[in-house]
Amino acid sequence: MTFARVMIFSLFTLLAFTGFANLVPQVQGDPPVEEKIDVGSIDMAGMVLLGEKLFSGKGTCTLCHNDMGRAPDLLGIDLAKEFPERIADKSYEGIAKGKTGPKAIEEYIMESLVDPSKYVVPGYGKKGSNDKISPMPKADTAPIELSKVEMNAVTAFLQDKAGISPTVPLPSADEAPKATGNDEDEENEPATTGVAAITKYGCATCHDLEGSEADIGPKLNGLAKRMTDAKILEAIVKPNVVIAKGFEADMMPDDFGEQMRFSELNLIVEYLKKLPE
Amino acid sequence: MALNHTSKLFALFILAVFVLVPDVAFAAADAAKEAGEALVGAPKPTRADYPMIGGLNARTLAWGFAQMHLFLAAFVLAVPMFSIVMEYIGHLTKDERYDSMAHEFMKITMSAYSLTALFGGTLALTLFLFYPHLMGYLMKVFRGQFLIYALLFLLESVTLYIYYYSWNALRYGNRKWFHMSIGLVLNTVGLSLMFIANAWATFMMSPSGVDPATGAVIGTVWEATRNPLWNPVNLHRFIANIAYGGAIVGGYAAYMFLAEKRAEVKAHYDWMGYTSNFIAIAGFLPLPFAGYWLMAEIYAYSQQMGITAMGGILAWLFIIQAVLIGTIMLAANYYLWCGLMRTDRGAQYAKYVKYIAVVIVGGFLVWVTPHSLILTTDEIRLLGGTHHKFLGPLGIMPAKNTAVNLMLVFTFLSLQMFYRSSRVPTVSWAKAGNMVIIALYIIGCTNIVFAGLYGYITPTVYKVGASVPQVVSTLSIIVFSVIIDIFMLRGAKSEKVHWGRMSERSQYALFVLPVAFTWLMGLMGYIRSSLRTHWHVYTVMKDQSPDAYIPTIGQAGNTITVITLSFMAIMVFVFWLSRLGSTSQVKPS
Ligand code: HEC
Ligand code: HEC
Ligand code: HEM
Repeated sequence: MTFARVMIFSLFTLLAFTGFANLVPQVQGDPPVEEKIDVGSIDMAGMVLLGEKLFSGKGTCTLCHNDMGRAPDLLGIDLAKEFPERIADKSYEGIAKGKTGPKAIEEYIMESLVDPSKYVVPGYGKKGSNDKISPMPKADTAPIELSKVEMNAVTAFLQDKAGISPTVPLPSADEAPKATGNDEDEENEPATTGVAAITKYGCATCHDLEGSEADIGPKLNGLAKRMTDAKILEAIVKPNVVIAKGFEADMMPDDFGEQMRFSELNLIVEYLKKLPE
Repeated sequence: MALNHTSKLFALFILAVFVLVPDVAFAAADAAKEAGEALVGAPKPTRADYPMIGGLNARTLAWGFAQMHLFLAAFVLAVPMFSIVMEYIGHLTKDERYDSMAHEFMKITMSAYSLTALFGGTLALTLFLFYPHLMGYLMKVFRGQFLIYALLFLLESVTLYIYYYSWNALRYGNRKWFHMSIGLVLNTVGLSLMFIANAWATFMMSPSGVDPATGAVIGTVWEATRNPLWNPVNLHRFIANIAYGGAIVGGYAAYMFLAEKRAEVKAHYDWMGYTSNFIAIAGFLPLPFAGYWLMAEIYAYSQQMGITAMGGILAWLFIIQAVLIGTIMLAANYYLWCGLMRTDRGAQYAKYVKYIAVVIVGGFLVWVTPHSLILTTDEIRLLGGTHHKFLGPLGIMPAKNTAVNLMLVFTFLSLQMFYRSSRVPTVSWAKAGNMVIIALYIIGCTNIVFAGLYGYITPTVYKVGASVPQVVSTLSIIVFSVIIDIFMLRGAKSEKVHWGRMSERSQYALFVLPVAFTWLMGLMGYIRSSLRTHWHVYTVMKDQSPDAYIPTIGQAGNTITVITLSFMAIMVFVFWLSRLGSTSQVKPS
């Protein structure tokens, strides 16, 4: 009897802990997914978008670069003002020293990525290093391991945020990232045509595409006249930034950006632009 | 006979020395390795290289076996540590009760020992079967150390058996010293075992002695062993194990107390429960500090890893940790308060209980209240990937530090009250002494609160600094009151403690402790492994297995619960076995 009482009591305690663990927000931490970049077809708008994705995804930059004070809040501060000021700082001795203009900003950002300790933003150095050693890991080595193209993309994104047109080179064929061991699942084979991509992501369930006559979302014919490529991209990846007239926010799924490959996104944009008016 | 023992002891001593100078042993292994081998990097298995065996989930299996092994090992390592202390106290005070209790503790340990080995073996098998590349790499890094581990395990078995079975043969006088020496060797071997295993676990988090770019082995075994997180984990586990062992034995005592009818046996188990709870609290009080040190070293090793720990997915885990620790504190305190019933003077202290309760519950609430920046599911997802925004330095803000320190101080006060309730000081300066202690508490707590307030108004980076004076205050209160008490209670008039005069309900607090501790330990293991994110060996060898993701807290919690249940079932079996050993059938007439 005592035994049963003790066991029931212990079980109850255990269940309380388990229940609590199941009540807090549940998020699975997935390993970074390799972006397959279509060298040749990606343009600068694509690079900026890729950079944004990498910034909070594989690059893990938002882990430190946020409004919590561990590192400069790159998404919050006025980069157009801050970056030139850093380069002009007396104690700055890096490659962009004495230079100005978009190219200098590119060099400064790239240097921050591959050699963070070259210049440490005052107040952010490693404890006890008198701002000589940066706590930021090199972006091109483990655990972050961005490729050259990916670092270019992140740089393009930050230049874009600083209000300059990105000056980074577009990737050329021989820079294509090597296939890694982590092969994708069968069903996640990238779509290779616009129609296939549209089908794969079910756009036609809401938009009148491929004769679906769906009317949950607006007609997409004649987009090329109304919108730039970048705007179309944005409408797909961040549908809630600009809402089409006569429709409501939060209707279109906002996670296509996470699911899609860049190649697919490009295919879809091309496909949409070619729709008859 | 005595000579025989002496020679055995001598042999054991020599072995222990050999073990304590790891460089000697490692250097031998290294020398053999030195013969100019080409540097090969860490293996890079692809997903297809991970053996799939009968649809079993490799990670869950390894997780379960590792955790079971750790639970049992922590218990088996911890009990001899406080057994020997108790043996020594018994020897000093000539109070046989201590000696018998230490012996009884050991009896429980003996039945758990072979199970520890069993799970250890199963774990090793699982790892080699499912993760051959990783294990191959670790073997390359640690070379002969695996053999030393095996050797130590053998030695542990031998000493453990000798220590236990020679108990009654070496009970008094000089022989007792022999016996305690065996215990010392046993504990040395046990700790070395744990330190070696810790080296493997911490190497996987903060590898050293290998080429950072390729993972090629370039250093000695000692360099890989002495990686940045080795000592912090050694200390944290060492202390946690003691607290854990105390909690489990306390559960055993509580059960025996409830199940017994005979008053004198009840009294014995009440005393055993009290002592175990004392051990658990003594181990518990320094734990948060060891935890902070561990966390600080993680930040120093890699800010990225530190922020991963305290941010996003794992940030919520620390809230759960806070709830568990709070539960443990409340249960331990509740038990102490109930204990005031045992003395006739206790009632005089009982009136303070409500104030202590307010502080402990209040502190608990402050601690579990999520920092305003705690993330919702959507916010975490938005930040993408494995890594997230983080919650300020160490995630635990000055308010929380203040709460934790006050809770520790007041838990200590509960302990001190009970201790005092059975002793009336007779020294002439007793009044003055008491005033000093009260002043100590007041000044200390004021200091803790003000340092907390100061922490609030200083910029982020200096907040951590504010916690140092708080810790110093807490430790000063504890250390100085103990010192004053020692002198003041010399020759004190002892009041009778009515052991056994305890409510049934109070015993349930002693069950909360082991359950919460076991679950907490499982949770922390999950955190430690998750910090490596998608790496087997952080920054050096990637995890390409299908299980390279961090499970959600709910999934992890369910797994931990299942493991905890299995462990409880095993402990029930172990206790039953140790009872069985001392029951004998009455001869039929
Ligand atoms: C572990 C934390 C951490 C991570 C992860 C991290 N950084 Fe940093 N980063 C810092 C800190 C701290 C500084 C400020 C010190 C310095 O100048 O190096 C900094 C500085 C920078 C700077 C210079 C900022 C300025 O105001 O001049 C840039 C640009 C930068 N990081 C980009 C990135 C990018 C892109 C990523 C992701 C690939 C990234 N960082 C990841 C911590 C981090
Ligand atoms: C669940 C229904 C749904 C699905 C699925 C869906 N959309 Fe939409 N979409 C909408 C709605 C509703 C709007 C209008 C509101 C807005 O702008 O967010 C919209 C707006 C758009 C716009 C902007 C149109 C304009 O005139 O501004 C584009 C471009 C677009 N969707 C493309 C796509 C593509 C490409 C896919 C498949 C990858 C897709 N949508 C899938 C519901 C959907
Ligand atoms: C508040 C500060 C604390 C922090 C930051 C902290 C952090 C950690 C971390 C990272 C681990 C994993 C390392 C390992 O597996 O050994 C760990 C283990 C552990 N912690 Fe803590 N801890 C803290 C306080 C505590 C407290 C107060 C307790 C006691 C209730 C505790 C109990 C444990 C236990 C039981 C383990 C497992 C030890 C083992 O594996 O043998 N920790 N802790």
